[in-house]
Amino acid sequence: MALNKISTLRTTAVPLPIENVDTDQIIPARFLKATTREGFGKNLFRDWRYDNNDQPIQDFVLNNPTYSGEILVAGKNFGCGSSREHAAWAIEDYGFKVVISSFFADIFKSNALNNGVLPITVSEAVLQTIFTAIENNPKATFFVDLPNQTLLIEATGEAVPFEINPYKKECLINGYDDIDYLLSIKSKIEAFEAAKV
Amino acid sequence: MTAKTLFDKIWDTHVVNQIEGGPSVLYIDRHLIHEVTSPQAFSGLEKRQLSVFRPERTVATADHNVPTINQHLPIDDELSRFQVNKLTENCERHGITLYGLNHPYQGIVHVIGPQLGLTQPGMTIVCGDSHTSTHGAFGSIAFGIGTSEVEMVLATQCILQLKPKKMRITVNGQLQENVTPKDVILYIISQISASGATGYFVEYAGEVFRNMTMEGRMTVCNMSIEMGARGGLIAPDETTFDYLKGKEFAPHGKDWDKALSYWQTLYSDEDAQFDHEITFYASDIEPMITYGTNPGMGIKITGSIPRLADIEEKERLSFSKSMQYMGFENGERIIGKPVDYVFIGSCTNGRIEDLRAVAAYVKGKKKADNITAWIVPGSKQVEKQAIEEGIVEVLEAAGFKMRQPGCSACLAMNDDKIPKGKYAVSTSNRNFEGRQGPGARTMLASPLTAAAVAVAGKIVDPRTV
Repeated sequence: MALNKISTLRTTAVPLPIENVDTDQIIPARFLKATTREGFGKNLFRDWRYDNNDQPIQDFVLNNPTYSGEILVAGKNFGCGSSREHAAWAIEDYGFKVVISSFFADIFKSNALNNGVLPITVSEAVLQTIFTAIENNPKATFFVDLPNQTLLIEATGEAVPFEINPYKKECLINGYDDIDYLLSIKSKIEAFEAAKV
Repeated sequence: MTAKTLFDKIWDTHVVNQIEGGPSVLYIDRHLIHEVTSPQAFSGLEKRQLSVFRPERTVATADHNVPTINQHLPIDDELSRFQVNKLTENCERHGITLYGLNHPYQGIVHVIGPQLGLTQPGMTIVCGDSHTSTHGAFGSIAFGIGTSEVEMVLATQCILQLKPKKMRITVNGQLQENVTPKDVILYIISQISASGATGYFVEYAGEVFRNMTMEGRMTVCNMSIEMGARGGLIAPDETTFDYLKGKEFAPHGKDWDKALSYWQTLYSDEDAQFDHEITFYASDIEPMITYGTNPGMGIKITGSIPRLADIEEKERLSFSKSMQYMGFENGERIIGKPVDYVFIGSCTNGRIEDLRAVAAYVKGKKKADNITAWIVPGSKQVEKQAIEEGIVEVLEAAGFKMRQPGCSACLAMNDDKIPKGKYAVSTSNRNFEGRQGPGARTMLASPLTAAAVAVAGKIVDPRTV
């Protein structure tokens, strides 16, 4: 089944300079009662975004009209905690295509990649440069070039290379998903089982 | 032959195919599922018009989103009832064994796997839950996965995984009295931080783990994810084999002998190389408690919350946000802090030894008036055993409320929530903001510490009361 494709993207970014953002913050457990993948975006960061009376909390960044864009920039160890893929679904459904951090939790990273969301890991220094660029100008744009594995901070002209596994890169650019691949090697899986017993 | 780690030995025998420069196709021996992270995987299968490839390798239970009272009645909450029923439908349609509500084997997925002997050394085990690392206590590669990966396993019994790096954490020496496995893992996480093992699979080694019971080892491996590790594992030994022998789904007869001779080869070779090694000393470990909003924010129960000045500058914003949420001042002592709730349960500490430890402490005592104390057994089997051993009687006499098995207030998906602003000492695994209910303030500790707090009505050192 085809996933969202990502190749290049020029967009502004939303800053969230908090460390250890866990998946319970990204999507609280009480929203995990749903049995479909759709519609999680409206509850993304629910308890940081809305108060007890469901009123927007004005100083939370998603409620601040100054900031917008398809990139979320967050402090280190983003997506730690629960394996809930609902966190990646919420980020994708809200409209983010890229998340930048100095460090991602492993399961979140896999979940993001499996949903066509690109996690970009940058150094702590680069992360600070990005936060500063957005602070100086909330309309600062960034150019993500996945084929060339480069993030261009247009405000400073700095082109930052980033790592991605070549297989996962192909999947994102072409919208391939892992199940299609696994189904294509089913005879190998059966042969493995036969040899194991 | 080159020396191999325990992790490599298991990993290498499960690689079906290696994508050049990419992930490995890893065969999964045991797949555990529950109601919350599986429905979208089954819908995905249906969209692709696929059936479950090896239904006999998947076992299901309902645990995350079930009530812990009146489990014999239909579930009150409409969404929860729908989700639990969906699991039943999906399991029936695809021929998957389900230990649903009211089944004598129902319980938290990471409690029942080991109890039933479904968890065995040398296996690859996955589940759509990050605490799947628990099963590593048996010397298996066990880790949590997302729902897309649940769908992969249902469809092909395989997933694609990049091989993680390997870390060994050794704890030498003998633990002091009243220092428990929970204190050991909270100590380790406090030392290396909530992201200190990200990218790694951890092997726990040394005298402290060798001397631990299986349930203690499960508590340790359970929280591997809280320092970012994909999983944690401990080489199987006589303790492991004794635990497994006779368990329902463990091998029997000749199969047992064959399995045992394989299991005995599962250890890291003497010269095996790890990407990172850390050593701790048991004598440095004391009863621990967390004060902040990630499991790495732990201190000795007799200690003080760090001062803002001692926190690295770029981490101060997160630290201050955490202190504000918890209602604590930086630099203050934790002993004597008032507490409102005590929660004993979860896949970390909801097993029979945990309940025994609590009962042994509270026997003949009463919980403090200001404390609401919940005990949620990890499974129906734990519950049954607790009744038979007289534990339930002791706990109820002390004023604790016994609930029925499930994940309960560990993640508060059901009605078991800690109210906004209230303090809970919890034997679970996460103290994230809102984890135990919106606005709830969680402090993680061992069952023994939780029991002492319940009786004292405030934070106390379990060694001095």
